[in-house]
Amino acid sequence: MADASYPDDLKYHPEHDWARIEGEVATFGITWYAQDALGEVVFYETPEVGTEVKKDSSYAEVESVKAVSDVYAPLSGQVTEVNEQLSDGPEKINEDPYGEGWMVRVKLSDPSEVAQLMDASAYRKLLEEAS
Amino acid sequence: MAKPELTETPMQGDPATTIFERSVEGRRAGALPEPDVPETPMDELIPKRLLRGKPAELPEVSEPEIVRHYNRISRRNFDLDTGFYPLGSCTMKHNPRLNERVAALPGHARLHPAQDPRRAQGALELMWRLCEALSEICGLPYVSLQPSAGSHGELAGLLLTRAYHADRGEERTKVLTPDTAHGTNPATVTMAGYEVVKLATNERGGIDLDDLRARADSETACLMLTNPNTLGLFDENITEIASIVHEAGGTLYYDGANLNAVMGRSRPGDMGFDIVHLNLHKSFSQPHGGGGPGAGPIAVSERIEPFLPRPQVVRRESSNGAEPAFDLDFDRPKSIGRLRGFQGNFGVFVRSYAYILSLGGDGLTEASETAVLNANYLLARMSEGRTGKFAPVAFDRRCMHEFVLSGAPAKKELGINTLDVAKRLLDFGMHPPTVYFPLLVDEAMMIEPTETETRETLDAFAEAIDSILAEAEDDPEVAQNAPYTTPVRRLDEVTANRRPIVRQPLSLS
Amino acid sequence: MTDDDRGRMLDAIGVGSVDELFEDIPADVRLDRPLKLPDGLPETEVFDRLAALASRNAHAEAEVSFLGAGMYDHYVPAIVDAITSRSEFLTPYTPYQPEISQGGLQAMFEFQTAMSELTGLPVSNAALYEGPSSVASAAYLALGATGRKKLVASRGVHPHSRESLVTYGAGYGSEVAEVDLDAGVTDASALADAIDDETAAVFLQQPNFLGAVEDVESLAQRAKEVGALVVVACDPVALSVLRPPGQCGADVAVGEGQPLGNRLDYGGPSFGFFCATEEHIRRMPGRIAGETTDVDGRRGFVLTLQTREQHIRREKATHNICTAQALNALAGIIHLSWLGKRGFVELGELLVRRTAYARERLAALDGVELLHQAPVVREFAVRLEAPVARVLERCAAEGIGAGYPLGRDYPEHEDGLLIALTERRSRADIDRLAEVLEKAIKESRANAPQAGTPGREAEDVPA
Repeated sequence: MADASYPDDLKYHPEHDWARIEGEVATFGITWYAQDALGEVVFYETPEVGTEVKKDSSYAEVESVKAVSDVYAPLSGQVTEVNEQLSDGPEKINEDPYGEGWMVRVKLSDPSEVAQLMDASAYRKLLEEAS
Repeated sequence: MAKPELTETPMQGDPATTIFERSVEGRRAGALPEPDVPETPMDELIPKRLLRGKPAELPEVSEPEIVRHYNRISRRNFDLDTGFYPLGSCTMKHNPRLNERVAALPGHARLHPAQDPRRAQGALELMWRLCEALSEICGLPYVSLQPSAGSHGELAGLLLTRAYHADRGEERTKVLTPDTAHGTNPATVTMAGYEVVKLATNERGGIDLDDLRARADSETACLMLTNPNTLGLFDENITEIASIVHEAGGTLYYDGANLNAVMGRSRPGDMGFDIVHLNLHKSFSQPHGGGGPGAGPIAVSERIEPFLPRPQVVRRESSNGAEPAFDLDFDRPKSIGRLRGFQGNFGVFVRSYAYILSLGGDGLTEASETAVLNANYLLARMSEGRTGKFAPVAFDRRCMHEFVLSGAPAKKELGINTLDVAKRLLDFGMHPPTVYFPLLVDEAMMIEPTETETRETLDAFAEAIDSILAEAEDDPEVAQNAPYTTPVRRLDEVTANRRPIVRQPLSLS
Repeated sequence: MTDDDRGRMLDAIGVGSVDELFEDIPADVRLDRPLKLPDGLPETEVFDRLAALASRNAHAEAEVSFLGAGMYDHYVPAIVDAITSRSEFLTPYTPYQPEISQGGLQAMFEFQTAMSELTGLPVSNAALYEGPSSVASAAYLALGATGRKKLVASRGVHPHSRESLVTYGAGYGSEVAEVDLDAGVTDASALADAIDDETAAVFLQQPNFLGAVEDVESLAQRAKEVGALVVVACDPVALSVLRPPGQCGADVAVGEGQPLGNRLDYGGPSFGFFCATEEHIRRMPGRIAGETTDVDGRRGFVLTLQTREQHIRREKATHNICTAQALNALAGIIHLSWLGKRGFVELGELLVRRTAYARERLAALDGVELLHQAPVVREFAVRLEAPVARVLERCAAEGIGAGYPLGRDYPEHEDGLLIALTERRSRADIDRLAEVLEKAIKESRANAPQAGTPGREAEDVPA
């Protein structure tokens, strides 16, 4: 399993989701903390392309052996791409949460929402305070 | 206990083999009667396209092989006749064998459910008398034996609630349940078409009354509760709770999973509950069977009675004063209908009725008193020493028939979590308590000894937990890698869930 | 518990009496009197009481029974009792600690394999309560899978199953539309007409309640066109000879498992089986055993896909079921193993042939007419030219349980009787049934009241 890491080039949501922003498009996934708390992911069903996602709302679920967690959208928009690999290989979410474990790509409907997200150091601080 | 040797036990060395894998073509066990009617070709009696092409790939084994196979795999099971099961809210009390004997009497066992009631008077009388007894125990006048398990009773209860409100011309959408509720409660709420509203628990472990007052309104169909709750604590505010819910117009539902704490001491009907389900496989000694069968009869108040499932067992007084006839009453215009076929799990009724006859009123009361005594004694023992330090009780007050410990300190200070403790306990020849429930308590262990355990067994359990903690103080890896001596060791549940294999691939790929 | 034990325990707790342990119960809900139940009885007396009750039941050892309607008087081999009464199978809890539950989990896995074989569907659970509630559970799956609200059920589906669909439907928010039978089988065009793109599932029974073999594959077509699930409730013994529902387009196959290894027990406990296509595995209700390995590589079994279930998924669970019917399912797999691949087929063929014989013998009787001519497996329906209740009364007096009266469930067949066969009903039994039935009809006709006379008590007896 990867070591705890929170890349500096990403933005973070307090429900433990990250966003990589490239202009009007963003990629989402769950953070190292989220996958560690969940344990080994056994199932993840990708939402459909074209689904509308709303900031702070759940757009999918990840399952471990004994738990189910909601996955929250850090930003609002429409799903343009999904990571099909995760259906057969949900373990990628644990092994590489920021790379091969990416979940959806979204065309942002309101890029100004990005300002509400945390940067890596703010997120690290949030985790420290919680423990 | 010394650090376990990692040599394989004989059972561990015996690989699991399914009955299908023991098949040898041509072998068989049972013989059927010789055909005594014309052996007309099948496709002359049923069109060929409706007939099966290839036979189902069932095992081909001899009878001695079947017996040996199932006997051998049975030994890979722990069971209540062999050892202690302190599972909270499961009430694993001894299953008297008399009950099996009477359930097997042909008059009970080989009676067809559609038999004319006039020729099933013994069965109907048994059911009627069981209803009377359960009614007295619950303090509610009417009982239906139809539901097949607690969950089934819960569904019946919420459908009765729905019918009750509809009959009054009201539509309500929400059901309140405490956050300590057993998972079946919210699952049932959704199946019954309602929305779950969670109620907070206060520092005493009971329902937070302010939260209840805020949330009980005209949308509230029902409050589902168990008392004592899954923390093993009696909610002293129960009368106030009942009154709040009734004033809001809702029904009050009692999950009978914890009835073993209060039989003969307090009755849910007297607490104000409208609908109660009982688990015959808990307080009433029906064996668990590895996951059933059970039964979940419901007892209801006067205002709920019209909606009870169909049929109800009734006793009719004959007009000429001759012996009353017991009957199935289908003439129930407001009934919610049926939740299953025929009359319910009658074989379970026989066993529970025999149990109630054996114990009597005094015996049932004594059972509850002893259950509560045993739990408090065990709690007292487990509040001492290491267990008191590393797995303290979650709510520091008198418990009833069960209590909940939190293994959070053990996790933090010793590096072993509740799961590790549970797995190590298997090596001690005991079944672990219920773990990670209720969700309210971190690293929870819910412990219910029941009344049929001796003081020595309780002491042994307390000592086992203590020695596991002592072991962990020295080396947490022992528990982390447990169990060592069970027929299989820790199993890979991750792969089982990622790529489920749920049958042996035979004719289907 | 001895007084000494009690004393020591009270000391350890730090209280003076057991009453103190109940102090949290407020006075206004304390029961201040003993329970109004008789005192406990010694084992001999309990036995005698239960035996006395048993003696007042006309069971299948006291009369030759042709009663069916979903539960059948099959022979349960002695090894089923021997194995299921073992402590290791009778008394354990649900296998949540798999390391010490391999016996039960393996038995579930074997059961699931067998039911998949019978139904031709790749996924089976470890059993639900019984037949009709399993049909209602299939509806819950279909409603969730399709997002639709309408259910269509053939009147060939067991009346208890259809009633359960309506009862559960009040909670589901679904409606059930019923489709009539025609010449004993589901009216195909009426079925097609009843189905539209709001239909979540279509329910058929195989063989249907009147014993007729349905053409499931044809009937399934319209449902498939609109994306509705096809649910087939089946008699598991009939699956020995009939084409499995999985090969006929069924998405879900459920049914009453009692004929496999379980006694009549006045209607329960038995088990309900539930099988489906791979697509629906994550919507399945109930427990499912899965194969895996342990840390040392040993083969083992666990409860899998538990996140579907109530203890984890809570309000979003696929079902609320917790305690099911594990021991009864074990009885089922033992019985199927005892019959074996060939014996199971032989059983089915014996039933088909004996049923054909019975049908022919009875149809030839004066006052008996077949209700339908559709092919049957082990049960068939006739019309009697005499009041059914009275005929049954007379047959019972001769030690024959002649069958299940259809009138209450099918008002259009007030004169109807459903007759079931098992391998325990020999040709000689059938011949005796014919003899007794003919006589009973004759006598019942002779005593028939004039039109307008109130019926006798016999006719008011519920079936």
